Amino acid sequence: MSSNQTHHRKRIAVLCFLLCLCMAGLTGRLFYLMLYRSEYYSAMAEELHQRERAIKAARGRILDAKGTVIADNRTVCTVSVIYNQVKDREEVIRVLCRELALDEETVRKKVEKRSSREIIRTNVDKATGDKIRNFYLAGVKVDEDFKRFYPYDSLASRVLGFTGGDNQGIVGLEVHYESCLKGINGTILTMTDAAGVEIENASEDRVEPIAGNDLQISLDVNIQQYAQQAAYTVMERKGAKRVSIIVMNPQNGEIMAMVNVPEFNLNEPFALPEDSPAVRSLKEKQELLNQMWRNPAINDTYEPGSTFKIITAAAGLEAGVVTLEDRFSCPGFRVVEDRKIRCHKVGGHGSENFLQGAMNSCNPVFIDVGQRLGVDNYYRYFEQFGLKEKTGIDLPGEAATIMHKKENMGLVELATVSFGQSFQITPIQLITTAASIVNGGNRITPHFGVRSISADQTMIHTFSYPVREHIVSEQTSETMRYILEQVVAEGSGKRAAIAGYRIGGKTATSEKLPRSMKKYISSFIGFAPADDPQVIALITIDEPQGVYYGGTIAAPVVSDIFQNILPYLGIEERSETG
Amino acid sequence: MAKKNRPRRFYDYSLLFCIIFLTAFGLLMIYSASSYTAQLKYHDASYFMMRQLKIALAGLVLAIIISKLDYHWYVKFAVFAYILSYVLMIAVSIFGRAVNGKKRWLGIGPLSFQPTEFVKIALIVLLAAVITKMGKQVSTWKSMGIIMLLTFPIAAIVAANNLSSGIIIVGIAFVMLFVASKKVWPFLACGGAGLAAVAIAGPLSIALEKMKILKSYQLNRIHVWLDPEAYRLDGGYQVLQGLYAIGSGGLVGKGLGESIQKMGFVPEAQNDMIFAIICEELGLFGAVSVILIFLFMIYRFMLIAGNAPDLFGALLVVGVMAHISIQVILNIAVVTNTIPNTGITLPFISYGGTSVLFLMVEMGMVLSVSNQIKLEK
Repeated sequence: MSSNQTHHRKRIAVLCFLLCLCMAGLTGRLFYLMLYRSEYYSAMAEELHQRERAIKAARGRILDAKGTVIADNRTVCTVSVIYNQVKDREEVIRVLCRELALDEETVRKKVEKRSSREIIRTNVDKATGDKIRNFYLAGVKVDEDFKRFYPYDSLASRVLGFTGGDNQGIVGLEVHYESCLKGINGTILTMTDAAGVEIENASEDRVEPIAGNDLQISLDVNIQQYAQQAAYTVMERKGAKRVSIIVMNPQNGEIMAMVNVPEFNLNEPFALPEDSPAVRSLKEKQELLNQMWRNPAINDTYEPGSTFKIITAAAGLEAGVVTLEDRFSCPGFRVVEDRKIRCHKVGGHGSENFLQGAMNSCNPVFIDVGQRLGVDNYYRYFEQFGLKEKTGIDLPGEAATIMHKKENMGLVELATVSFGQSFQITPIQLITTAASIVNGGNRITPHFGVRSISADQTMIHTFSYPVREHIVSEQTSETMRYILEQVVAEGSGKRAAIAGYRIGGKTATSEKLPRSMKKYISSFIGFAPADDPQVIALITIDEPQGVYYGGTIAAPVVSDIFQNILPYLGIEERSETG
Repeated sequence: MAKKNRPRRFYDYSLLFCIIFLTAFGLLMIYSASSYTAQLKYHDASYFMMRQLKIALAGLVLAIIISKLDYHWYVKFAVFAYILSYVLMIAVSIFGRAVNGKKRWLGIGPLSFQPTEFVKIALIVLLAAVITKMGKQVSTWKSMGIIMLLTFPIAAIVAANNLSSGIIIVGIAFVMLFVASKKVWPFLACGGAGLAAVAIAGPLSIALEKMKILKSYQLNRIHVWLDPEAYRLDGGYQVLQGLYAIGSGGLVGKGLGESIQKMGFVPEAQNDMIFAIICEELGLFGAVSVILIFLFMIYRFMLIAGNAPDLFGALLVVGVMAHISIQVILNIAVVTNTIPNTGITLPFISYGGTSVLFLMVEMGMVLSVSNQIKLEK
């Protein structure tokens, strides 16, 4: 038995030795994993645990030509509740209801909901946010955030556009310059558990956000405000649906003002105007909102009517098919093929030369010029002037020209196009083309954006825009300036005249389609000084009541605006008028 | 437990202390590893710890009671317990409650337990009794055959639903036979074959899978074991999570309660993978300490077995020692991805009611053997 026992003892000892060997082996393995491979696995684990939380970058501001801030950021707060951290639920509900002016039921539902984080309200202003934070309620988080703020409320609303919940541009310049204005969000790297819930008190890594660039635009708040006021006045007086005014520098295409009344409040972009019809569905509301946000000067086309005679005249002069002294006769209509096309003056203008025809805005004269050019030539100039393309303005959604196809264009179509009917262009297209004709023949690109300035003012990038030279000769341009100055001085645009300034311009009264509706768009395009245009303006009055002649109602508005902005722009009065 | 003075008897307080320490440490680690998920799931951070604590306390009381009984008394129940384990194993394969597709739980009323834990203890008692009865005959081929016959069928039934427990049962029998038998080379041959199998595991497993001996999920585990990062989607993810935990522990760990991997990344952090959390929180220092405590426990077993008054007592202790050391080694090996992943708990530390209860019973038996050692002057 004792030998047996010795044997067992020996075996047990061997067993123990083997077990120790195994344990030693495993310990070795642990040394390898925990010392030699520690860095490798730690890094992989870290990567797995970290979550990124964005810190919003401030969006760049929008400045006007003089540096006035017209789109700014305001600090707002997001109030949220973390279920697990809330201690006194009733107190939280009470305070949040009172400070955020919410009804108890909504707040209670959110506070008592078992979720990792429940947002109670966004866009709370900073003062309220600070107040809530100062209650030091456990589980209530107040996060600061940026919200777009427009100090002038509705000024140039359809141009500037606004931003959405993520501070991204939705319409207007805010969309077009998104990449410039938008900053680079920073991140907070936090540790999370497997479900992605942040772990409290874990160390944080921060990557600071980079604020977006400021955008300086050519729009001038003073001119815009004045033009807006003039537009509202005429809209109310004439009971018009809409009035648009564009004020531009014809030399380089910088837009100084673009008014589309009624404007809307950029700080409340989702509030429909009070007089709007009751909406029945979300779709209907969206439809109305889209209408409200629309920029008709760019997004909508219309028949330009007589203002388009500028183009016909320029084409005729450039091609040499007409001179100022050429004589025409107007019996009150012109027969083209089988069509009898009327002049606006029923009795006719009788015998007149081309200059007089232009001053009278006589349709038969321009029909004749068009016919002399012929379809091919006319179409060539139409394209040469850039009317077939979009202007390339730095705003989204520019509408394209609606024009006859060349092969479908007969003499009748040519005749109507000659005086601005049977095709459609946008107001911005008209003013750009007219500006290019009177500025010496350089097709400019209308634009707002002038430069982008980095938040720390160190990097300034000036935008450049394409210019196509010699769309008409300098000679033709000069003749056109002369004709249009005569139109204002003694012709149909004489209500635009301002004592002491040389003004050029052209009126128009377009019938809206269908013509049987008897609705009109009255317009006037004017520029000053007539011999060296520094400013050009186009006003379109949509569906005025009563007298609707462009020369009667539109021209005086431009005159009024010019009277105020010409001195403001430093354009001096001249003693001798043209 | 009043110390009896006549005749002076030994009682292994070192082992008892060791058990209490490991159990308490286990409870602490269960709380640390599970509080986060318990809070999310049950809204009670101490849910798992409290359950374990109750069973551990009951088990400890039971162990002390058993330790005061004469261990020869168990022999009477050996055959009955052995038959009962067959009944339980068959019952569990028919009526068992399936968790994760494996029928391992037998529910009686509100209680449920894993019969495999009972099988281990029943087999230890039976084999100890049988080998003692065989006396010197144990070294004959016939005796070895009988022991294999007693072991393999029950091990096979267990392995059907719980491969790792089957392996442990075979391992226990192997160790007990090794201690009792005078033969050497069959054991050497077995050990050699085992090592060889591990060395060529990759190609071997593919061959076995083709021969339809291994199931495809088992083959998968072997692939995962060999290269967890390449088989991330086939279960490598879980292995990697354990490795991340171990690796991020470093020398002294992140500190108790500071594990991040326990926050849902390591599956069953309070269970099979608890050693990974120990590594993460207490570092290499803590992990090696745990291993040393187990080694100390094994050393106490060796002393008790060596001084046991008779072969039956010695074999009981050897059986328990085999059970605990195999589980410790396999658990740590799995967690460190030294062997393919298979569900084995870390004795005294992992969460599991049945496991801790029967471990306490086994400890009672060992302490009872120690209590029969007569101290000579």
